Amino acid sequence: MSTSSARIWLLHAAVLLALLLAQPLLPEYHYVNVARILVLACYAVGYNVLLGYTGLMSLGHAMFFALGMYGAGLPVYYHGVGALPALALGVAASALGAALFGLIALRTRGVAFLIVTMMFGQAFHLTLLHFNVYTLGDQGFILSETIRTLDVAGAAFDLADSRVKYNAALGVFSVCLLASLLLVRSPVGRVLVAIRENEDRTRLLGYNTYLARLLALTVSGTIAGAAGATYALLFSYVGASFASILHSIYPLLWTLLGGAGTTLGPLLGTGLMFYLEIYARDLTTAYLVVVGAVLLVLVLWAPRGILGTLRDRKARWLP
Amino acid sequence: MSALLEVDAVSVRFGGLTAVDAVSIAVPAGEVRAIIGPNGAGKTTLVGAICGRVRADSGRIVLGGADISRLPAHARARRGIVYTFQVTSIFPTLSVRDNVALAAQRGLMRGVMGRLAVDRRVLDARVRGALARAGLEVDPEQPASALAYGHQRLLELAMGLALAPRVLILDEPTQGLAEGEIAHFRTLVRELAGTVSVLLIEHNVEVVLAVADHITVLDQGRVLAEGTPRAIAHDPEVQRAYLGG
Repeated sequence: MSTSSARIWLLHAAVLLALLLAQPLLPEYHYVNVARILVLACYAVGYNVLLGYTGLMSLGHAMFFALGMYGAGLPVYYHGVGALPALALGVAASALGAALFGLIALRTRGVAFLIVTMMFGQAFHLTLLHFNVYTLGDQGFILSETIRTLDVAGAAFDLADSRVKYNAALGVFSVCLLASLLLVRSPVGRVLVAIRENEDRTRLLGYNTYLARLLALTVSGTIAGAAGATYALLFSYVGASFASILHSIYPLLWTLLGGAGTTLGPLLGTGLMFYLEIYARDLTTAYLVVVGAVLLVLVLWAPRGILGTLRDRKARWLP
Repeated sequence: MSALLEVDAVSVRFGGLTAVDAVSIAVPAGEVRAIIGPNGAGKTTLVGAICGRVRADSGRIVLGGADISRLPAHARARRGIVYTFQVTSIFPTLSVRDNVALAAQRGLMRGVMGRLAVDRRVLDARVRGALARAGLEVDPEQPASALAYGHQRLLELAMGLALAPRVLILDEPTQGLAEGEIAHFRTLVRELAGTVSVLLIEHNVEVVLAVADHITVLDQGRVLAEGTPRAIAHDPEVQRAYLGG
């Protein structure tokens, strides 16, 4: 293993270890917040695979998040399925959904892709509301009455316990983060970056760029779905509002803020934006104005995000 | 001798304009074939049809006995038809090393595991080999966009070599190169000859006469003449149309 490679794995291990060891230091309020941030950061990590490393901007990712959420939530609600099988079902639903969606949507790219993803995302949101009888999308539903424990290898953990929430969230986040790191540093990951930079050239190097983009979208959607499923199980709520366009814009914003095309950017961006929004809510009911303002500032003055700028200036080795 | 690459009556039309008009050429394995002709003769379009960048409206392209006319560009590249761009087309934000590695790793990516990890040492050796053969002596860690234009052309060439081509298409390779680099390029093409078929589009007549085994002259999308450099240089038709008498 080369030194830069060792440094990269060490950095990621250190971040995850810090999150693990920080638990006793966090006050209860922040403890739950960070657990929520970790799950949402997972969503951003998935989004980043597509935007940051493949160069495809989507405005329909809430669809994959919601597929994971409903794929896990409905079986629990209607059939009393356990937490782990529900997670697996949610991940499978989003993986399948992303792959099928990709077969259609990846005929387009650029702005056309953006619009197609937005249309499908909106259609999916409306579908959830239309079949309200089954999805209860309108008012949402809670899972805490049907599922109270997370059963792993014979042991039962109380899902209402914030320590369980935090560590489960950290576990899922670690898997997603390391999977994304492994992907972007692999030969396939380098092909994705090549597509982002110059797709025509990549094709003439002998790569089937359509299949590569399909892989990126499927991985991206699956990680988003894993986040959705985890969110439903840990925070007990499933509702169609998570499929709305606002929830497609959030991961875009988090990723851009932290740095698109950096593995740790999504975590940083999600954390910062989460707290910024909380403080903005205290100041004004029109807190979405703050969200919009951040987006504007980013696009105009810091298109590479925090870690992207840091990489340009100081640390070129950052993955 | 049976040809490695056969282009059989290939035509390419853009709207009402016939850019390539029923062109047939046959290139034996290991031959350096120059394609010359005035601007707009259809040279780049013809090689575009061969590598799959441009869709041929009719005709067949056969590589080693197999019809590849219907294969997409990436599949043709995998079979060994390698195109280097006339207008330099590299990955500007990636390092010189990563540019060549993208080409070199292609042959190493077999199966699922091969797509997740390749042998670093094998890859590095291939990258260094391709850079050395192309004669690009720069810091491989700098971004490709930092290279001078002539060096970007050599990088383009190194990427082509790293793909281990059977047919190497060079579109205006010496444009923007310094004298010494052109001399190195001539040596390289002669080294490749014998193992790799080279299709060379080139305006520099001196280079063409020095390296080509065979020359095809295109004019207005058609084959005007074909022959050895000596025969072409003395062909009155060619002199009138292209060499300017």
